[in-house]
This record gives sequence, C-alpha cells and structure tokens, in this order.
Amino acid sequence: MTQQKQHSSRWSKQLAASAMALALTSGMSLAQAAETIKVGVLHSLSGTMAISETTLKDTVLMMVEEQNKAGGLLGKKLEPVVVDPASDWPLFAEKARELLEKEQVDVIFGCWTSVSRKSVLPVVEELNGLLFYPVQYEGEESSKNVFYTGAAPNQQAIPAVDYLMGEEGVERWVLAGTDYVYPRTTNKILEAYLKTAGVADEDIMISYTPFGHSDWQTIVSDIKKFGEAGKKTAVVSTINGDANVPFYKELANQGIAAEDIPVVAFSVGEEELSGFDTAPLVGHLAAWNYFQSADSELNEEFIGAWQSFIGSEERVTNDPMEATYIGFKMWAEAVEKAGSVEVDSVRDAMYGITVPNLTGGYAVMNTNHHLTKPVLIGEIQSDGQFDVVWQTAGGVIGDAWTDHLPESANLVADWTAPISCGNFNITTSQCSGQNY
Amino acid sequence: MKTMLNKLLGLVGLVVLSFGVLADDWQQAASGLTGKSSNDKLAAIEAMLEFDDPRNAVALQGMLDAELYYVKADRQLVIATKSGRSFLLTDLQGESLGEVAKSKIKRITVNNRIRREIRSGLAMMALAGPDEDARFSAVRSLMANVEAEQLPLVEQRLVAETSAKVQDKLRELQAIILLENGDDAQRQSSAEFLGGRMDAPSRNALLRAQADEQNAEVLAAINESVARNQQLLKLNRAAENLYFGLSLGAVLLLAAVGLAITFGVMGVINMAHGEMIMLGAYTTYVVQQLMPGHIELSLVVAIPAAFLVSGAMGVLIERGIIRFLYGRPLETLLATFGLSLVLQQLVRSIFGPLNQAVITPQWLSGSLEINGVLALTYNRLYIIIFSFMVVAALWLLISKTFFGLQVRAVTQNRAMANAMGIRSSWVDAMTFGLGSGVAGIAGVALSQLTNVGPNLGQNYIIDSFMVVVFGGVGNLFGTVVAAMTLGVANKLAEPFTGAVLAKILVLVFIILFIQKRPRGMFALKGRMVED
Repeated sequence: MTQQKQHSSRWSKQLAASAMALALTSGMSLAQAAETIKVGVLHSLSGTMAISETTLKDTVLMMVEEQNKAGGLLGKKLEPVVVDPASDWPLFAEKARELLEKEQVDVIFGCWTSVSRKSVLPVVEELNGLLFYPVQYEGEESSKNVFYTGAAPNQQAIPAVDYLMGEEGVERWVLAGTDYVYPRTTNKILEAYLKTAGVADEDIMISYTPFGHSDWQTIVSDIKKFGEAGKKTAVVSTINGDANVPFYKELANQGIAAEDIPVVAFSVGEEELSGFDTAPLVGHLAAWNYFQSADSELNEEFIGAWQSFIGSEERVTNDPMEATYIGFKMWAEAVEKAGSVEVDSVRDAMYGITVPNLTGGYAVMNTNHHLTKPVLIGEIQSDGQFDVVWQTAGGVIGDAWTDHLPESANLVADWTAPISCGNFNITTSQCSGQNY
Repeated sequence: MKTMLNKLLGLVGLVVLSFGVLADDWQQAASGLTGKSSNDKLAAIEAMLEFDDPRNAVALQGMLDAELYYVKADRQLVIATKSGRSFLLTDLQGESLGEVAKSKIKRITVNNRIRREIRSGLAMMALAGPDEDARFSAVRSLMANVEAEQLPLVEQRLVAETSAKVQDKLRELQAIILLENGDDAQRQSSAEFLGGRMDAPSRNALLRAQADEQNAEVLAAINESVARNQQLLKLNRAAENLYFGLSLGAVLLLAAVGLAITFGVMGVINMAHGEMIMLGAYTTYVVQQLMPGHIELSLVVAIPAAFLVSGAMGVLIERGIIRFLYGRPLETLLATFGLSLVLQQLVRSIFGPLNQAVITPQWLSGSLEINGVLALTYNRLYIIIFSFMVVAALWLLISKTFFGLQVRAVTQNRAMANAMGIRSSWVDAMTFGLGSGVAGIAGVALSQLTNVGPNLGQNYIIDSFMVVVFGGVGNLFGTVVAAMTLGVANKLAEPFTGAVLAKILVLVFIILFIQKRPRGMFALKGRMVED
C-alpha cells in the first residue's frame, strides 16, 4: 500500500516535471520560430508501413542532429517537424498541407509507397513545397516540386535483368509481384525489355498476388514447374514488404535453392532480412544502389553514427536510408549555395549538385529531378547481409520516363530552360501541360 | 569400415604433408581463389579438382559456409571462425594458427555460379564417400547436369555401390545418358526404364528424345513412357493441389477456431481476435529469446505460454470492456476494433515496428519427398495435424467436461443456468479467455508461416469471420468443414485464376451462399436461435 503511494507520488512529480518541460520547450520554439529552418518529416509511424518508414524518420532526425552539431545552415539551427500520416493515403495529403501551411516547413522528407507520393503531389505543387522522395519507384513521373533520390526502373530493374542474363545465363523469367502500381509498371517495362532482348512469350511467366499474401504454396510450386523445363530460370520479384518472408520460407521448404532458380528482389533489403533466418536464402539476389556491406570509409562512419544514434549495434542500414542521406546532404548544400531556403532558389541550386555516395563515387542531381548513381547487385549471406557480386562501372542516370514503353519512349523531363517541363515530347516538341 | 577410411585419409594427409612439393602445386592451383573476378575463382576450382587432395573438400566446403578466408599479408588460405571480436584461424589441414583481428584477413566471396561449381565438385567427391544420403544427393545433382562423359564413372559406381537406393538412382542417371547416346537396344530399355520416373531430368530427357528419335520401335517405347509420365504427373499435381488446399484450410481453421468460441458460442463480435493471434506469435518470439539454446523445443514451450498470455488478455478484456457491452453488438464491434488498434500500437511500442525473427526449428523445415514432383512441406504437414489436434481438444473440452457443460448451459439459457447455480459471469470470462487462448495457440503456428509483426492479426481477422459465418455461427464442426472447404476451393481455383482472382471468387461465393443460407452451412436449430 505504502509502496503504491510512493509510486503515485513519484508519478505525479514526473508528470509535473514533464509538463513544465513541455511548457518551456513550446515557449522556446515560439521564440525561436524565426531563427530556425524547419524540416518536415512525413513518414508513417503507425499502421502497415510503419515497419519501413519509421527508420527513415529516424534517419532524417539523425541528419538534422548532425547538421546542427556542425553549426546548422546559414547560421540557423534546423528544427525537425515530425507528423504521422499513419499509412493512410489521404492522410498523407492532409499532413503535407499541415506541414506546408501551418508549420511553414522549408522542405519535406517523406513518403514510401507510390500511392502516398501521388496523394501528396497535388499539395506540394499547389503550395510550391519541396519534397524529397527516397524510395525506388516505377518512374513515369517528374514533378517540379519533388526530387527523387531513390532508383528509377533503369537504375534497379534493368541492370538486375542484365546481370542475370550475362552472369547467370538466365533464359526463362518469372516476374512475380504484389498487385499494385509499382510492380505492374515495373513488370510492364521488364516484359517489353525482355522481349526486345529476344525472350519468347512462353519463357515469361507473370504472377500477381494480393498485399500481405502469405500462402505461397501454389505459386512457388508453379515456379518450380516452370523452372523444370531445362532452361536456366530466374525470378524477378517485385513482391512488396511483408509478403517476402513467407515467400522465401516457402521457396526454402520446397527445396528451391538459389543455384537452381535465383530470385532477384527489388524490395528486399537489410531491414527486411533482419526479420528472419537467412540461412536457407543464401545466394538469392537483390538489386539496390546501396548495401550495408559496401566497403568504404564513409559507409563505416555512417553505420557507426546510425547505430549510436539509435542506440543498438543490431540495427542495420539500407538503400532508402542512403537515398535519404543523399537527399538531405544535397538539400543542405543547395541551401548553402542559394543562400536561402526559398523553394525556387533551392531548386535551381540543386541541379548538378554532387554528394559522395556511401558506396564510393558521387551522386549527381540531374535536371529531370533524378539522380545519377551506381547500381549494385548483392547476394544474401547467412548473416543477413549482402555480398556485392556486381556493380555498374560508373553511375547510371535516372530516367524519369522509360524508353521501353511506347507511351513514354519519347518523353523527357528537364526542369531547366528552355524546356522547363516534366514531360516534354521530343517528337511533337510539346509539353503536355500537366505539372508532372 | 569407417575407421579404416579415416586412417587412410590420415595417411594420405601425412603423405601430402611430408611431400611439400606436391602441396605447392595444389597451392599454386588454389591461389586463383584470392583473385577478384568470379572467372579467376572458377578457373582455380577447376584446377584444384585436378588434384586428389584432401584440402579440396575443406576449401570447397569452407567457401560454401562462408568460412574460407585468406590472410592479407601472405595470401595463405585459412578457415576462420568468429570468436568475439576476432577470428580463430586454422589452416586447411586443421592446424590451429591462432587468433587475428578481422582487418588481417579477407573472406573469399562466392556467387551462384561459383556455388554451383563447388556443389558439383563436392558431389563428385561424395560419390565415393561413406555417407549414403550424400551419395544419393550427389547422383541427383549429377542428373541435373548430365554429360555423356560421365558414363564410365557412373558404370564404375554402379558396380561398387552397395546401397539399393543409390544404385537405383545411378541406374536412372545411366538411362538418361544412354537414352541420348546408346544404341537402339540401350535406348529402348532406357526409355522403358524411365517411364514412371518423376524427377524432372528424367521427364525432360524423355521429352527431348521423343522429338529426336528416328527408330520406330524405340519411339513407341518412348511414347508409352511419356504417356505414362503424363498420367502420373496429373495425379501427382492433383494430390499436390489437394494438399495445398488442406494446409490453407488448416491455417484458416487455426485462425478461426478461437473466434468460433468468442463469436460463435458467445456472440461477441470480437475485432481484436487477430491481435490475440498476434500476441501468441510474439509470445513464441519471447520464448525463443528466453531459451536460445533450445530452439528445437521452443515451440512446445510456446504453445502453453501463448495460451496463457492470450487467454489472460482475453479474460482481462472481457472483465474490463466486453461485459459492459453484452447485447449491444455495434458498440462491441467499435470497442473491440479500437482495442485492436491499441494492442497493435502497444506491441509496436514494446518491440518496435520491425518484424521479429522467429526461428524455424530444424524439424519444421524442408519437405517430405514422395517422388520427383510431389513433396509435402513439413511445416504445413505439422500444421494440418496440429489444427486437428486443437479442434479435437476443444471439442472434448466443450462436450465432455463440466466446464463445457456450464458453457453450453449459459449460451443456451442464461437465466436458467443462473437459477441452477452457475456463475454465468465467471463462465463468460472463462469462455472468452478460452477463445482468446486458442487464438494465441494459432499465433504460435502462424509464427512459423508468416511475419511476426504488429500487423499479423489484421491479415487473419477477415478470413476468420468468413470461416465462422460460412460454417454456421455456434458450430465447431461447421467451422472445420468451412475452413477446409474454403481452403481447398481457393487452392483449386488458384492455378486457373491467379491468387488475386481466386480470393475474390471465394468471397463472392460466400456472399452468394449467405444470401441463400444466412445462418451458414450448419445452422443451429431450436429455440436459442430465436433470440
């Protein structure tokens, strides 16, 4: 009984103390408002996407902290404003509006799924905001107000297929994906690409599954049958997030080893693998622009900083984190170069900015709002990390509009004069007029 | 026999040791492994295999296990195992070389092409080895990549081989080679031999031969074998589909059976049912963290633990929330839905948003191979058995025990049960706890199939309601039949329609069915239905 009382009194003291602290900080932030540069963070912290996006929120917070330790930007401190769009697509638009109108942030880092980006797009364009989008995506977009620091299809999917054709001699292809816009578009591009490379119709199998699919028995067994035809077979997987674990488990259980039918995935990184035992998966592949195992001093520094920021040596780094890192560094440099955080001048300063990649070499921001960066192929190891088995000789220029689909083959994006347009048709010399 | 072989191997090792010149040649061959490109490594492996050297097996296995390193200073190949922050080195003859820091050595990386080469190298070595299973899988890996030059080796092994199982596989391999390269009689007997063999290389060899064969008699034999294979293939595929359906049904059954109690028997629309499953899965994770040395046993411990954790949570929910809402289904629905979000966020706060790694014990991995096309995965097999055990236990509890009698009494006529001296509120709490506890057990099983994350439960809640409603509310037997029907229907449709459409079709089917029979397949009859 007395113990309980002690507890409650300690509780109330704590409560009072934290209330005081809250009052103090809110008072302070009011006083500081004009003195800080506000950085909006628009990543889901609850709901289905929290698993991936929470890490990116923490990455931005770490970058802000580091920048502040180094003296901030333009003599001002950076102030992160974190909101939680809760994996709810319409809420993304609302929260983006809140960040831009109410909080008056100077830049937003955020979004993961394409549908969340598409719902934010009209808001940042209407309010002339600045969004850095750090995830690999299906391309076919270039907005004046968005910088895409993740991979476009030609920076991930196509090099991966090239690797499998060249190094592994693959002739038969399974394109397996979750049923939504990114896999559908990517597979459309890949199918067109494979056919121009001379792959016959009957050597391509396409299969889609619902979100969170967990019963892979039939599909894996189909893949096995498809691979028995005598030609070397590979699976190109655009299976999203959570569904991967049961997929790989089923592969292992049905005895499909990477040497027989390798799976190359575009959505499986270190973080996804930290959710399970990778021993049966050794040899399956992933294509990214970054792997934690990349051998460079900068990368080691980054991993060290991340693990001490998050307070655990177990935590891994992944490709969208590097994309966030590059985006943040580029923005900071552009702000210094422009001498202001005003969106239009920062955007102009962005073009041509170079920032070192964590894997070595430099990333360049192009006028189509996509990066030039290297593409790496990694093989899963038993410790949940990837061994880099192949990488492009230099950087690959991100292509906003793929050349492999007829409807976008003659579109280019260039946000500098004289074109100044996200979808310029080179045959008709016209811009479609829409903003992206 | 074994000891003799060991002695012999030891002797060979000694000989190699004492003749340093021999060893140098091998080292020369193996030096390419420290090269950068995969072509260097492939060439080195080929060169190494020219030597009959015991170090080959050590080096190749070491590469597969990611334990083969080289010392940066003198490029010596070593086996390195991690101990704390540094690495313990041994040379390829097993002599210890002490401990070094990670920066002194570099791992020899392999890719799939190299791994394939290593495996076929190891298979060749295992072909004459002492282990029967290793010899068997060695022959199988040779079958995957048949070359005519292997024939003398195969025939030599056929004579030396003592195990009938391996001999049979060797004969199959021989037949594949002869079918392509033998004379008329050999081709004919090979074609006859390969009929009914379900391994893909055998089937493909027949199909290839069917296209190329000139001799009419041989062709007839080939045609007959191909037809026989096709027949068998069809049968096996049907059996496989049925198995897939049953295993999906078992998963649905496990997920739904707890709900069959809380929703079916008690009539509580429990939207937090999925979270009870999730708690069970997380309990499995925690149990594995508590007993890291006994992963094989962890699931056995996790089953009662998950039952207690989810069951206790169920009792808490019933006492804290649901008992105030009996008879108000809409409010129950909203309250439990809110509760499910609270529980998800609670787990997210405690364990973090990332999925947790639940390790699959050895006995649950891999598959039971019936023949070349039909293999039953162990995890599914156990889950089918387990789901029936759970249902049987529940049925016994409800129909044969005093507690079960009380539960039935309360659901059938609460006022009368009260009058007979049954504490109906206590029975309510216990029944809800039981349903939740069973959901927890389902969580243990599902942790072996899918992600253990905060959203685990959401993926199963709709399916669970579907099964219970389809089977007939309040009927355990109906739940079993419904789960199996839906599982098999889904899996039979999937090969034709794809996964997305199959799921939609099943949903449409249930909607139509409910129109016709609103109370499900096995509706309860009698007075209690009316209230």
